[in-house]
Amino acid sequence: METVLTTHFANERYRRLDTYRQYGGYEALKKALAMDPVQIIDEVKKANLRGRGGAGFPAGVKWGFLPKDLSRPRVLVINADEGEPGTFKDRVIMTRGPHLLIEGIAISCFALRAHACWIYIRGEFVREAGIVDEAVAEAYAAGFLGENILGSGFDLDVTVHRGAGAYICGEETSLINSLEGKRGWPRLKPPFPASVGAFGLPTIVNNVETIADIPWIVTHGGETFAALGVEKNGGTRLIGVSGAVNRPGVYELSAGVNLKDIIYEHAGGIKDGKKLKAVIPGGSSTPVLRPDEIDVSYDIESMAKIGTMAGSGGVIVIPEGTCMVRSLSVLMNFYAHESCGQCTPCREGTGWLKKIVGRIEEGKGREGDVELILDLCDNMMGRTICPLSDAAAMPAQSFIWKFREEFDRHIGEQKCPYGNRF
Amino acid sequence: MSVAFSEGARAEFERLLTRYPDRKAVILPALHLAQKEFGFVSDDAIVYIAGLVGTSPAEIEGVATFYTMFNRKPVGKYHVQICRNISCSLLGAEHLIEHISEKLRVRPGETTPDGKFTLTKVECLGSCGTAPVMQVNDEYHEHLTVESIDRILDQLP
Repeated sequence: METVLTTHFANERYRRLDTYRQYGGYEALKKALAMDPVQIIDEVKKANLRGRGGAGFPAGVKWGFLPKDLSRPRVLVINADEGEPGTFKDRVIMTRGPHLLIEGIAISCFALRAHACWIYIRGEFVREAGIVDEAVAEAYAAGFLGENILGSGFDLDVTVHRGAGAYICGEETSLINSLEGKRGWPRLKPPFPASVGAFGLPTIVNNVETIADIPWIVTHGGETFAALGVEKNGGTRLIGVSGAVNRPGVYELSAGVNLKDIIYEHAGGIKDGKKLKAVIPGGSSTPVLRPDEIDVSYDIESMAKIGTMAGSGGVIVIPEGTCMVRSLSVLMNFYAHESCGQCTPCREGTGWLKKIVGRIEEGKGREGDVELILDLCDNMMGRTICPLSDAAAMPAQSFIWKFREEFDRHIGEQKCPYGNRF
Repeated sequence: MSVAFSEGARAEFERLLTRYPDRKAVILPALHLAQKEFGFVSDDAIVYIAGLVGTSPAEIEGVATFYTMFNRKPVGKYHVQICRNISCSLLGAEHLIEHISEKLRVRPGETTPDGKFTLTKVECLGSCGTAPVMQVNDEYHEHLTVESIDRILDQLP
């Protein structure tokens, strides 16, 4: 199958500018600089490129939200805060092909008429930030960034900015606050970032993978990109498979690949010849699936139809013999730890979910605890500034809906049937 | 006791100021610099950064305490941060955490008496495909086993 991003990732030197250029790197930028910015945005719209950070919003449409008048400078912010458990694809782009991202940034900023871009990289990715920083320096030295890029008269400054350990900063308005040097608290919308974003300026926030796709789209055309995927879901996706599979890793596959094939063909099936018990299909926040539900196309609409999400492309595979209550307890600890504390339903809700799921796992569950969890979830969803509250409630609900008998058994027997172990 | 950046860190701070339209945007980068320079973000470091940025220590403190990576207390020479999230747990992270805990004779959150190691359980490090994972200072260590952990920790000077 044709690949957009990973074609040369096996070559260690591809991260360097000279090798990247040997494979045609920055030719797309040259082409783009000769195009009308509106034409580039049209190609991105035709590409059916959906945001790869998790929400899946059409990138071209998002770009269209910037105000028409150019009186205020606009900026691009790259979300490289990869933090959704199960997601580890942007790290691969940044370490293997950082120039794909930088060329994508240059083209996108030209299309958006933006002259400044910040790449917000999660703080733990020290090495990755170093690699991207080096690549940015190479691009400046070669005239692909900076003033008067390739004689076009277009100026662009790109700066690598490191986060400091906060899952919430992957939410775009939290990321903007964090970039501005504040606590990473999500902002109320409206105003949307496209009108008032970073430093009060019109801002587009895009995921690393989304922007890394842009050079290929400019080179080959939006329709060619769209054809690599399925209806409304253009191109390929970097899908990360983790957990109990024989070949965990990142796979570049059509946006309409079958979820079962991702696990059994590409990732080599379940480890140690075990049976499959459950799949968290698109990062830890997405509703869990039972084995009989995974014969489905991984595109955004098909996944929504079965009540879950392809999210950020992180497939977490849970094998037979795993305690689902313990698994959920791990996730609930995570959300309670990461809630920023601004909104009461989330701050209190995530804490209570952690506590109640934890006590069920410890064999201290009470009659009615399962109903209490579901009631809490009802009161957490759609009632907060950002989706972290929903992100905690969705796994809690779905684990109960799909594996209710395990919760009941823990409470009934007053112990974990799996011996409190993974 | 007041603290100050080395010449190199001071130059880096000045360079950073040119990269943002607002002075306060350098708060996170400055906190990273401070942690690198002083080993942790002390009260004195907070006051120092506030002076450099031109804001109150309270604002810097408020920012610093929001983020897990800024250590407000000293940590060991090696900060061993092991992931406890789902993909790592599915591949044995709980057992590995117990192993490190026994090996170093500290509980998560504690530092060895000689000040060499601090052990911390952390949330997802974004390396789930190579789980289980830990980060020792800036370095990631992936595909962990009891044996590889022993090897990694034993050879640290």
